[in-house]
Amino acid sequence: MTTSSEKSITIALMDPPYESGTTTTALRIMDAALRKGISVNVFAYEGAVNLTMRGQAPHPNPVKGTSIEEQDHPSTAKFIAGLFTLGADSPKLEWVNCGLCVDERGAGEWIDGPRRGGPGDLFKFSQESTNTLIIGTR
Amino acid sequence: MPGILSIVERAYHGTIEEQDDTILWLSHMIKNAGADLSVLLRSNAVNYAVKGQDASGLNIGGVALGVPPTLDTDVVALSTAGVTVYVVEEDLSDRGIGNDELCDGITKVKRSGLAKLFDDHDAVWHW
Repeated sequence: MTTSSEKSITIALMDPPYESGTTTTALRIMDAALRKGISVNVFAYEGAVNLTMRGQAPHPNPVKGTSIEEQDHPSTAKFIAGLFTLGADSPKLEWVNCGLCVDERGAGEWIDGPRRGGPGDLFKFSQESTNTLIIGTR
Repeated sequence: MPGILSIVERAYHGTIEEQDDTILWLSHMIKNAGADLSVLLRSNAVNYAVKGQDASGLNIGGVALGVPPTLDTDVVALSTAGVTVYVVEEDLSDRGIGNDELCDGITKVKRSGLAKLFDDHDAVWHW
């Protein structure tokens, strides 16, 4: 019998920040898994490598007339930094950004936590995980 | 008759963390910049016109979304700003959305009336 601390899920993402509701759902699944003691492996592919970019910044909302502080705009990098706090040890969050995707986008400045990798990491993650969830671009 | 008809058909794509629908927001900004503009909600985007939506409660990794989107009030604000907001009537009924669920300021249009609506505008922007 596998305990939750021994379980892990691999999630592959493709969409860039703020473009798809599936990314929000994927981040919620990661949060739920980590809170249940299940380790999470993420392979960020194509536009998803932008999810962890350090330079993401909040902005005001000129339509609503709200300031940066009032708008309190979250960023995907901030959400994911929170996930890294949840998955600091056991359970563990591992996040691999596809290196070639990073290079072609000039998207190499990340928050602490992700590491550079490639498609082989997705295969390795899938072999080692209890299950794999692929979330492609539609 | 307005010059531009902006058509929105996707709903809730990254909207929660973005805090606004990107095209409703853009339309409001363009209106504020002086554009003569209408908006047509079709397909899943008709849900934006349902009043009383509550997207609060998102919390990921201990980071809470303190200011969730308020899409129904954003639609009303568009209308108040002088943008006619059309909704495809059959797309509402296909999703079981009744008239009493719609926010104020919505103009329903039948699918059979879309060709005329397009023709009545100088430009159609289908996002």
